[in-house]
Amino acid sequence: MHRAPGTLHAALIIARKDLAIELRTRSAFLSVLVFTLLALVTFFFAWDQTAVSAVDLAPGVLWVTFTFAGLLGLHRSFGVESPDRAIDALLVAPIEREAIYLGKALANVAFVSAVLAIAIPALALFYNLPFGRTILMLGPVAVLAAIGLVAVGTLFSAMAVNTRLSELLLPMLSLPFFVPVVMASAQASTRLLAGRPLEEAMPWLRLLAAFDIIFVVACTMAYPFTIEE
Amino acid sequence: MTAPRAAPARAPLFDWLFILSLIGVAGVLIRIVWFTPYEATQGAAQKIYYIHVPAALSAYLALFVVAVMSIVYLWLRDERSDLLAWSAAEVAFLFTSVVLCTGPLWGKPVWGAWWTWDARLSLTLFLWFLTLAYLVLRGAVEDPAMRARFSAVLGVLAALLVPFIHLSVYLFRTLHPMPIVLKPERPSLPSEMLLTWTLAVFAFLFFCVVLIRARYRLELARQGVGGVTNA
Amino acid sequence: MSVSAPVVLASALARTFGTRTAVADVHLSLGAGDCLALFGPNGAGKTTLLRLVAGLLKPSAGSVQVHGVDMRRDARSRGRVGFISHHSMLYPALTVQENVAFAARLQGVADPEGAALRALAAMQVDDRAAAPVRTLSRGLQQRVSVARATVHGPDVVLLDEPYTGLDAAGAEALTEMLRAMQAAGATLVLVTHHVDEGLAVATRAAVMREGRLERVEDRPAAGFDVARYTSEYRALVRHA
Repeated sequence: MHRAPGTLHAALIIARKDLAIELRTRSAFLSVLVFTLLALVTFFFAWDQTAVSAVDLAPGVLWVTFTFAGLLGLHRSFGVESPDRAIDALLVAPIEREAIYLGKALANVAFVSAVLAIAIPALALFYNLPFGRTILMLGPVAVLAAIGLVAVGTLFSAMAVNTRLSELLLPMLSLPFFVPVVMASAQASTRLLAGRPLEEAMPWLRLLAAFDIIFVVACTMAYPFTIEE
Repeated sequence: MTAPRAAPARAPLFDWLFILSLIGVAGVLIRIVWFTPYEATQGAAQKIYYIHVPAALSAYLALFVVAVMSIVYLWLRDERSDLLAWSAAEVAFLFTSVVLCTGPLWGKPVWGAWWTWDARLSLTLFLWFLTLAYLVLRGAVEDPAMRARFSAVLGVLAALLVPFIHLSVYLFRTLHPMPIVLKPERPSLPSEMLLTWTLAVFAFLFFCVVLIRARYRLELARQGVGGVTNA
Repeated sequence: MSVSAPVVLASALARTFGTRTAVADVHLSLGAGDCLALFGPNGAGKTTLLRLVAGLLKPSAGSVQVHGVDMRRDARSRGRVGFISHHSMLYPALTVQENVAFAARLQGVADPEGAALRALAAMQVDDRAAAPVRTLSRGLQQRVSVARATVHGPDVVLLDEPYTGLDAAGAEALTEMLRAMQAAGATLVLVTHHVDEGLAVATRAAVMREGRLERVEDRPAAGFDVARYTSEYRALVRHA
């Protein structure tokens, strides 16, 4: 008999498949990207430049936008399996259930990172922030934030796709969980961008890292419970 | 928490225990309004405190039940633990709503602001959202077994989230000094007030437990004695 | 271990959905080379039974094992099973070959692209290998679906109405494939409304009604008459 792939390898195969589908249609990526850029611009025009400096405002704007943009992208995550019940084929394959979750989460991280790779330089552009510094400071925070957002969002996407009101349910379930991520990312980013010493941002970064670790593990373990029985 | 007991086929909801707890709450309310002295600096508004804090404690108790029963359900797959979690979630929603309503009622006369991002109030706000999400989730899933599993997953994850919310709010407040307002610390209560406060806590907690029990029995009766375990 | 250990073994298998019983007290034992053709009216529980055997549903009572293993618990064991359902389980945006190669990769097949092309050729749809699935007709998608489910050479194949949508050529290709698998010792469970197509490969036939198996008969057996079975079955269905 063939040697079935291990969990991580299976996750990579599934992630690759999800990204292939995304590249083929491109609709979700473009929608999310346009939404993100529009939101950044809209916030700019709502801002009184004399009251709040760009460095104080911009990170908050970015992370709030990122949250809602992330939700848009996450919705399609398990949605691709629905049309012809392709998820059944994944469930009958010789792979652990967790691999399905991990594969989709990996694909979502790639998706979200791609959006951020364009959004962060756009942020620097629109809000007149120093390019190099912005990318250097926000990049690592973005990685941590993306992992936390995707870990929770992928799991709830798996649940929401089985329900009525799935478009409403995904934000309702996810947003309370995103609050620590957004708060920590924004607070850490603001301090880093303003040139404050790293120690000031550390409590927030530690919170983010702890959140990531705990929720990646918890959501991976929770995923098998969300499958039909 | 008491383990779910198999209730008789038509366990009365409004039994003596329920009536006793209602009397308890009514009695405490009467004592609060008429038989407890006013606090020197805050006046009448301070009396809301006797409802606000016990309600918060009751909410935490109910949410603790939700979290524990969620784990129990995922472990044992006993439908009754799911029903108990649901009952507790509805009661929790009630009590968190009470906390969120009484907070501003107390805050405005005493602090001068309808809302402050006080640590407890902020946490309660998030718990309110989480409880609401739990109830909406239950409404959105039709298959009972799937509904129970999803709710239990949310219950467990929400329990994991609470320390993070708590920590976030704490960091936010300590690293962001709030505008200074006249914020009375928890007063060292003279004996009469302390008695009222203690009575209120017990009355509310008792009422909370009884409410959960009544709701649970209602659901058991609706779905059949003992609940048929849906594999 | 007994030489003739059953490949598919169901004991007192039952499944309820709320108050509705979909499968009740099913006993089944199939060995290597067996092919069970399962007939029955709509709503009889055939699809549920197949999903139970595939490990997609949890039994409410009883048990079902494939190669002596509960497939819900043992991921590895699922590699020996192929499952074809009502739904195509394909990704419309990907090409035919990408879909089958993906399935091959998840099975750990050594040369996924090559195996995919061979599986597609067996169902005579390899000329459309580079076409996105959504551009194919229902019948062609069905052929791709069969290829996807068999690309890893499973020795247990569960088919839920696989002939639906297939034209004569497709049906013939499928029957050929099933015969070849059976000759190689595979165990098949075939749910179908097409009695003649089902009986063409079956070594055993059964009718499912209201969750129970009835009229389980072996064939070829002395006295088994396709025409008689067909008419009796049709009468049964009409009165269901």
